[in-house]
Amino acid sequence: MKSAVVLLPGLNRDRDMIAALTKISGQAPATVWQTDTEIPAVDLIAIPGGFSFGDYLRCGAIAARMPVMRAVAEKAAKGVTVIGVCNGFQILVEAGLLPGALMRNASLKFVCRQVKLEIANANTMFTRRYRPGQIIRSPVAHHDGNYFADAETLARLEGEGQVVFRYAEGTNPNGSINDIAGIVNDKGNVLGLMPHPENLIEAAHGGNDGRALFESALGLAA
Amino acid sequence: MKARITVTLKNGVLDPQGKAIEHALSGLGFDGVGQVRQGKVFDIELTGTDKAKAEADLKAMCDKLLANTVIENYAVEIA
Repeated sequence: MKSAVVLLPGLNRDRDMIAALTKISGQAPATVWQTDTEIPAVDLIAIPGGFSFGDYLRCGAIAARMPVMRAVAEKAAKGVTVIGVCNGFQILVEAGLLPGALMRNASLKFVCRQVKLEIANANTMFTRRYRPGQIIRSPVAHHDGNYFADAETLARLEGEGQVVFRYAEGTNPNGSINDIAGIVNDKGNVLGLMPHPENLIEAAHGGNDGRALFESALGLAA
Repeated sequence: MKARITVTLKNGVLDPQGKAIEHALSGLGFDGVGQVRQGKVFDIELTGTDKAKAEADLKAMCDKLLANTVIENYAVEIA
């Protein structure tokens, strides 16, 4: 399965994402730079975490207006699978590919720790290798992960099963509404999440809870 | 032409930074401070002279980049 990783100045989890995709898919992902207007034919596009453009204006705001994001939007509209992690989630929201907004953590503090996630919908292309309601572990590291959406949008997300990951067992690190940690778009092919599943994919990481997300998205057999 | 754009959080959107500033003000002994909401100001110089066009452009700038209209309102003033 072929994948591509979007590179933008200020991202710092790109190597982690490239390593995870290489190990799980068996081949190194292509990389696309912010000014690229075309993305090669791939099955999965990943936008990694970091601090693109120094988080100036709003997290992800500048990155979302770069040429490469128009190419990502075109691919997403054609049904290509897209994953945005952390700053990648913020970029997808700012680009209008996912609804809502990510605001400053309610604690005002940067959080860097491990949380528990509940698989709120196991019937998505990103979670089919998990069990419904399964609790997994995942690292988080962010300052602006407090998900917000207006009441109407929230009702739609909840009603349509677009909330895919929820912070479990009182581990909500940022004040996100309804403990939302990750959502998909209405077509179900674009996922954004604040936690870093790419940092928990093998024994050396202390566990592999995040691996099934990539195996699901890449359509790999168990 | 000079313009000022003010971006504020919509009502009902939680503002943890405003809350922290509110607490800090009362900590400094300023009694009678109610709710504090934090926003942003952009001062923009424009080279054109057509005020109507400037206003339309500034609104488009807000919608496309300067404000996140999911959570923020904006106001445009032209000096």
